[in-house]
Amino acid sequence: MIRARGRRLPAARAYGVAAAFLVAATLVSALVGAADLNPAATIAALLDKIPFVHLPSSLDQLDRAVLFQIRLPRIVLGALVGGLLAVAGAGYQGVFRNPLVDSGMLGASAGAGLGATLAIVYLSQLGPAAVPVAAFAGSLAGVAIAYLSGAVGGSGTATLLLAGVAVGLFLTAVQTYIMQRSAQDLQQIYSWLLGSLSGATWQQAAEILPYAAVSVAIVLLHGRHLDVLSVGDEEARALGVHPRRVRLIVVAACALAAASAVAVSGLIGFVGIVVPHVVRRLAGPSYRLVLPLSLLVGAGFLVLADALARTVVSPAELPIGVVTALVGSPVFVWILRSTSAVRT
Amino acid sequence: MSALAIQDLSVELDHVPVLHAVSCAVSSGGWLALIGPNGAGKTTLLRAVAGLVPHRGTIHINQKDLGALRGRARARLIAYVPQIPVLPPDMTVQDYVLLGRTPYLGYLGAPSRLDRAQAADACDRLDMARFAGRRLGSLSGGERQRAVLARALAQSPEVLLLDEPTSLLDIGHQQQVLELVDDLRRGRGVTVVATLHDLTQASQYAGNLVLLMDGKVEAAGDPATVLTEELIARVYAARVTVGTDPGGHPVVTPVREPPPAPCA
Repeated sequence: MIRARGRRLPAARAYGVAAAFLVAATLVSALVGAADLNPAATIAALLDKIPFVHLPSSLDQLDRAVLFQIRLPRIVLGALVGGLLAVAGAGYQGVFRNPLVDSGMLGASAGAGLGATLAIVYLSQLGPAAVPVAAFAGSLAGVAIAYLSGAVGGSGTATLLLAGVAVGLFLTAVQTYIMQRSAQDLQQIYSWLLGSLSGATWQQAAEILPYAAVSVAIVLLHGRHLDVLSVGDEEARALGVHPRRVRLIVVAACALAAASAVAVSGLIGFVGIVVPHVVRRLAGPSYRLVLPLSLLVGAGFLVLADALARTVVSPAELPIGVVTALVGSPVFVWILRSTSAVRT
Repeated sequence: MSALAIQDLSVELDHVPVLHAVSCAVSSGGWLALIGPNGAGKTTLLRAVAGLVPHRGTIHINQKDLGALRGRARARLIAYVPQIPVLPPDMTVQDYVLLGRTPYLGYLGAPSRLDRAQAADACDRLDMARFAGRRLGSLSGGERQRAVLARALAQSPEVLLLDEPTSLLDIGHQQQVLELVDDLRRGRGVTVVATLHDLTQASQYAGNLVLLMDGKVEAAGDPATVLTEELIARVYAARVTVGTDPGGHPVVTPVREPPPAPCA
């Protein structure tokens, strides 16, 4: 515990570390892959895109296409998804004062899974474009149902979490039933459920950007309120804060963030629960720091995980959800052991 | 003039009446102790004043009707310290005390330099400045209670509500905390309302006592009026003698009846 305190970084240093991690992850991911890009030329080509920076790069036409049409959209989308999942996880952890909560909570993942399954099985005539929309809508609907059923049962966070578990189990049961009845679509459903960024395009990134921007802005603006909630509803009210209102706003924003991520990537576990904990080890428990740092570290983490996913068994790809769990779990356990006990 | 005036306050919790038309008042800068057996409604009365439970009746603080005030405005007048405050173990003392400034911040506002100065000043007052960077989880019982009081003080309240502020402390730290509260009361003119189980402490620190029983005011007034052997025997079903300490405050001493003589 004393070590954990000694390792807590000042805010500016923590931002520096997180930003450096994201930049390093971006570079690594831009450089690795099937096509062998010259590192110096690749970095020069990337820097050239920064406004007012002009650098000649020796990348040829094909390499440029690989970099700017294949790798970079995937990196940007991965960073968006990772950042969204981590911020949503951190936000939920703050709202529920519970370290075990993640971005798939409250029926979000189950709703997205059911939505995507329905789209794959029944809306295949609309083409692949229906799946992200259905996942997005399903995720939001799952959270809305869980929130409404939980809010009726009482105002406590435990009731809300339990309602989320119940709604999640129910939606998953419906999804399993549909999957059972449509064996020919199983492969496609499973590959969606395990998560992937393999179809990443600039268009996808552009499509989720508005939702991402709005939801992240709302969550980040409530960091101070989440810090107040950490002393419990009763004392928060005595300090003039409305815990239920803050919860509703932050839950809605986190649900939007997670739904945007899920729509373009499928179900990627682990990021939403692990990244905020790693950030806390780095910078302490204040949500005014945990939220923005989770955005940066989550982005970097998923970009790195995706780089692994597409290189380890190249030319095939691992599902990214498998990579985040396979690589992330041992690292997480190591981080927990090398600092102190689990806390929010 | 009354800093806090409670008129006909009634509270129901889960449809069970807990307080029945309670009225009491305390003057500005005074110390009111709420005493009474377990379940008499002391904590509920504090929570009602803090705006945490719905109630009938009126509560005025310096002529302002609390019923007309919204959460933030109310929180600028009243600081509430529950019996067992929630202390996030990894939060630093400094950040925790700064939470006391919450009622003064706009919805999207951040603590200003002035807010930080107020929080630092509150830490100083409670001799917690050297603990500013410490985690709450690493504090001892007495230090935790001082951190909580510092947060309440950072709220710059006119009325300080304390629920059993000494219940988890040894006798030395109990006295230390009560002295600190009394310093704040005299130094800052804060009006203190505290529930206390220790009747002697109540008589030594509070000028006014309100004795609650079954949600009603059984007796009220200065310690000598309220702390009588008959009243305590009736309300608490306890055997006590009431003496006087060197400062003239009533001292309540429990008495044990001699055990029955063994059969010869």
